[in-house]
Amino acid sequence: MEAFSALAAVVDPADAKNTAAASSAGFAYGLAAIGPGIGIGYLVGKSVEAMARQPEAAGMVRTTMFLGIAFTEALALIGFVVFILLKFA
Amino acid sequence: MFAFEFPEINGILRWKDLFPTFNKIALIAVLAALISIVIFWIAGSRDGRKAPKGVRNFAETTVDFIDNGIVMQTMGKQGLGWTPMLLSLFLFIYLCNLPGIVPGFQMPATARIAIPMSLALFVWVTYIIVGLKHQGLGYFGHLLWPPGVPTALKPLVGLIEFVSTIIVTPFSLTVRLMANMLAGHILLVTFALLTEALVQAETAQFALVPLGILPFGMLVFLTGFEVLVAFLQAYIFTILTAVYISNSSAGHGDEHMTD
Repeated sequence: MEAFSALAAVVDPADAKNTAAASSAGFAYGLAAIGPGIGIGYLVGKSVEAMARQPEAAGMVRTTMFLGIAFTEALALIGFVVFILLKFA
Repeated sequence: MFAFEFPEINGILRWKDLFPTFNKIALIAVLAALISIVIFWIAGSRDGRKAPKGVRNFAETTVDFIDNGIVMQTMGKQGLGWTPMLLSLFLFIYLCNLPGIVPGFQMPATARIAIPMSLALFVWVTYIIVGLKHQGLGYFGHLLWPPGVPTALKPLVGLIEFVSTIIVTPFSLTVRLMANMLAGHILLVTFALLTEALVQAETAQFALVPLGILPFGMLVFLTGFEVLVAFLQAYIFTILTAVYISNSSAGHGDEHMTD
């Protein structure tokens, strides 16, 4: 028990807060990247498939693909902003 | 492990004023505007009947890219009048993004939220005005309730559509541009610092100094990647602007996209 009380004395509340902020910032970004990662992979894969099947429609498919990527990626980027806010703000 | 401290976020994003109220970000923004004005001024003063070369060639390629790559794909032929506005938007954003990798600047102006936010507000005002001009006050009705919504669902759909078109759209335009450039900037800073820390290692130099080649290689790769990202983000911002404008001028069509 004495060992634990010694530990508790060493941990400074500001340090504990920084540690918690840093680890939760990592989790925030990591979790936010899962969904968009799957989404963008699926989206680009399907677009490549479409372009390979119908090369003459490649221009249109590409534009729509970039639009879709932009919408999907926004979620990951919001996660990144949360990371910055947790870590530095 | 190493004596390696990542600098405070302000240390890599905030710059001293060159003179009061004018810092590096403002300098980059002013330069971006000036460069695009000068390029098109010179291009415009050349004789249009001769075969284009040099600056005019570049300007014509850019206009062609906006016309065929953005306007025709999203708004169709009747949207060609928007080319000058979209072109200025594209060039300004691209030239604000690019200093992220230009030695001496090494800071994308769009990584600070002020410029993306102003641009997104500008786009927001533009597409609302376009909607009001094309559909009158009925625009707000179309905005809230796409045709064919059952009455029972109207409050819910209205709320969702209001939030997505009026609030989320400018927010996500801002955050998409800002976060992309900020992420790139932080990545470059991280790998540059890692390289520095390894090359200047105090202990076990025989092993650590050669290891510095790894983060340096990554730094070179990411610099190339940032060129692509700078272009892609300018392209995406412009194409989304075109989509929003065409949505509000045509009412609720099939290709309704908001986020």
